[in-house]
Amino acid sequence: MRPDSGVPDGASSGGGPLPTSPTGAPTSTDGPASASTVPAGAPARAVMSSADVSRALRRIAHEILERNKGADDLVVLGIPTRGVALAKRLVAVMEEVEGRPVPVGALDVTMHRDDLRRQPTRSPMHTDIPATGIDERVVVLVDDVLYSGRTVRAALDALSDLGRPRAVRLAVLVDRGHRDLPIRADHVGKNLPTSSSERVQVRLEEHDGVADEVRIAGGEPR
Amino acid sequence: MSTLLITGADLAGSGAQDLLVEDGVITRVGSIGSAGGAEVLEADGLVALPGLVDLHTHLREPGREDAETIASGSAAAAVGGFTAVLAMANTNPVTDTAEAAERVLDLGRAAGLVDVQPVGAVTKGLAGEELAELGLMHRSRARVKVFSDDGKCVHDARVMRRALEYVRAFRGVVSQHAQDPHLAGSSACCHEGELSGRLGLPGWPGIAEETIVARDVMLARHTGSRVHVAHVSTAGSVEVVRWAKAQGIDVTAEVTPHHLVLTTDLLAGYDPTFKVNPPLRPQEDVDALRAALADGTIDAVATDHAPHARHDKEHAFVDAAFGMLGLETALSVVSDTMVRTGLLDWAGVARVMSSNPARIAGLEGHGRPLTVGSPANLTLVDPDARVTVDRSASLSLSRNNPWHGRSLQGAVEATVLRGTVTARKGALA
Amino acid sequence: MTTTLDTAAAASTRSGRRHLLSVADLDHAQIRTILDTAAEMHGVQQREVKKLPTLRGRTVVNLFFEDSTRTRSSFELAGKWLSADVINISGKGSSTSKGESLRDTVLTVAAMGVDALVIRHSASGAAHQVSQWVDAHVINAGDGTHEHPTQALLDAYTMERRLGSLEGRHVAIVGDLTHSRVVRSNLLCLRTLGARVTLVAPPTLMPAGIGSWAAADGFELSNDLDAVLPTADAVMMLRVQRERMSGGFFPTAREYTVGYGLTRDRLNALMAANPDAVICHPGPMNRGLEIAADAADGAQSLILDQVSAGVAVRMSVLYHLLAGEEGQQ
Repeated sequence: MRPDSGVPDGASSGGGPLPTSPTGAPTSTDGPASASTVPAGAPARAVMSSADVSRALRRIAHEILERNKGADDLVVLGIPTRGVALAKRLVAVMEEVEGRPVPVGALDVTMHRDDLRRQPTRSPMHTDIPATGIDERVVVLVDDVLYSGRTVRAALDALSDLGRPRAVRLAVLVDRGHRDLPIRADHVGKNLPTSSSERVQVRLEEHDGVADEVRIAGGEPR
Repeated sequence: MSTLLITGADLAGSGAQDLLVEDGVITRVGSIGSAGGAEVLEADGLVALPGLVDLHTHLREPGREDAETIASGSAAAAVGGFTAVLAMANTNPVTDTAEAAERVLDLGRAAGLVDVQPVGAVTKGLAGEELAELGLMHRSRARVKVFSDDGKCVHDARVMRRALEYVRAFRGVVSQHAQDPHLAGSSACCHEGELSGRLGLPGWPGIAEETIVARDVMLARHTGSRVHVAHVSTAGSVEVVRWAKAQGIDVTAEVTPHHLVLTTDLLAGYDPTFKVNPPLRPQEDVDALRAALADGTIDAVATDHAPHARHDKEHAFVDAAFGMLGLETALSVVSDTMVRTGLLDWAGVARVMSSNPARIAGLEGHGRPLTVGSPANLTLVDPDARVTVDRSASLSLSRNNPWHGRSLQGAVEATVLRGTVTARKGALA
Repeated sequence: MTTTLDTAAAASTRSGRRHLLSVADLDHAQIRTILDTAAEMHGVQQREVKKLPTLRGRTVVNLFFEDSTRTRSSFELAGKWLSADVINISGKGSSTSKGESLRDTVLTVAAMGVDALVIRHSASGAAHQVSQWVDAHVINAGDGTHEHPTQALLDAYTMERRLGSLEGRHVAIVGDLTHSRVVRSNLLCLRTLGARVTLVAPPTLMPAGIGSWAAADGFELSNDLDAVLPTADAVMMLRVQRERMSGGFFPTAREYTVGYGLTRDRLNALMAANPDAVICHPGPMNRGLEIAADAADGAQSLILDQVSAGVAVRMSVLYHLLAGEEGQQ
């Protein structure tokens, strides 16, 4: 068994802590439970700069609009925590392009995870569905890192409890491979070949208070 | 002719002596050295006390032989250093007739490990209404002199007055379980105070005991009779008894080993092992009880040994049975609490655990000084031994032992009943 | 057992499982987590599909030794909306009367393979005792006159939704303090959340030793409801059981209402002093005795909100106790 198999996508995004309660209390401190499996001394290396992230998001926003032939019926839902920030950025670009509001919200998948019993208890994050609802809409799910696919599976389940979208698409900033499930992204910022012992860390300014960056840490020294 | 030679025992703290016992009677005291053919009990470093007497035990037979029998209770008593125990009347059927009392007496004799003296009920069926056959119990072979509805209070003042008056004719005594049922009802199970409030347990206020004690000493004065207060548990009761004794009222009082040590905060975990009636009290009461035992206000230590089958204790706290074991640990608790702390010397222990209770109960063969001519009822104690109480090691049939795991200083080494060794080092001889 | 994550209940036991036996088991952060999760659960309740798959395959047993349709239904819905299998067992008549001990009864139920036992019992401490015997999570759904932790959590949740943070807010709890399990849990919960609490009752309905308790835990006592109301942000009325009258705790219902009831006049006084003040009652109410209809049914009443919050709070508690279990080892 891989040391971090079963670790949800959110945790594989490194610096992304397990969802914490608003007070920051009982959930974990910064860094996922698998942090201790990272070999010491393997330096993190940057794979996307702030400018890279920005360019990738603009491209994805355009791709979504192009594929959807405009913003009609679009609802963009970020998966907490960093997916929400990314969703807002994508929507900002789309609104700029289309010149009209695009519904955006958040979809928490905690209660739909299949690994709850393996993980320390995490508090559910806020789900915020735009007033338009999702019925007969094209929902674009947004997350930072696509890894095992389990988070996306949970998100699809969560969506089905909320309504019946006409279509669901997936946009991610990074696809690092190693899927456990038959799931693929429709829009990818960067495909990043990784070994499963590595961790992908995504930092976003509005979330982490530092300049945007994607790094790879751990794994065998190169 | 059986002979027993006990060598080098410190007689209630008054110096090492040898004791020669012939046919159950002490025949020589002094430096004896050896006696041909005698069984020898080497007691160097041990303290010899007159055999311990317990004014207050529940042996559960007849009725609840799954919790204790007179035989198993006698065994526990012998191991605990006792040569006589009083068996309370709240059995099923109740000891409220001459026949019932004689039956207890006979079962005790059959066991043959301690003298089992039945206590008679004050009222029929312990119902608190009509007097039981007090006189017939007294005239029976059991020669009952102590009467008690223990477990229940004789709360009707008129009934209590009549009982006191009636037993005066044969110098009987009423041992009162002091609990005003209106101030502390049947569900009352936790000392009333901050903790009972926090735990939501029905309170058992000290005043429910104290008002009955105060009433009873006045009734004793009025009737010219004798009252004994069972298991005194509060400083207020001590004050009343002290006052009454100063007035010359014929009142005696006992305290249990557990009320000398254990405090109400043990109930915080809702463990029914610590559920007892009267309840464990705060430290201030414990301190007052120790002082009263030391200064003679309280006459005796009595165990209130109350075995219960496991399934009667494994209920919710308020539903569980009252009571805890005490016979096997009493001497160690008194030693650790009163002697080690300097509150009592060994002569004092002999007084509160043997001569006073024997006098209160009118047991002529017990509680006598260890001198020539006395019946050879005695207890040898190792004052320096440390024992860690293990409930599974008990000879009682029950395991509701609140002392489990505690380390105590002072242990019974051997018990001798009329010249026969009944127990040695925690086991029957 | 301690982990970074012990979101609910802490009492360490034989099995090392987490329980919710008393609000005293919860620190501020843990209460916060439960209430925040409850808010998310409350959102789920507004949806058409209320069910979450979270506790699929887990078994929750409501073991009620005392009737309480309201609390039992609330736990039942909470479990079902989290997809747990929920069964109700009435413990009435199954114990002492048949010579079976509480331990026997509970072990028999637990032997069926139960993940959580929700226990209601007329005896204080029952849930605590049960937690020492079984290898399952134990949730106290009310034990005698001791505690009712989920009620206090839902009360806090309901008040917060209307008042915002309870820090520094003044909550008056009025009525039969001696026999109320709600008051003990609420005291602990509200004090931990930083509220000022005043208990109001006639002296005969205050528990023994409450003076030193109040001093130790920092709450206030009063026999004068009219003096307390003007500064109250929330007034929680407790049920007064009519059978207490025969116990001589107070002379008549009429006298109780005049002294300690939330009457129309008192409601007006409360609203005049603080138009945003709210009124709670854990139910069931004695209308006309401790609470007037105007007070129970007006806009300031949170009484129905309390009921609807009950399911969300219990979902939160079940989730935090039962999810993430293996990760706790």
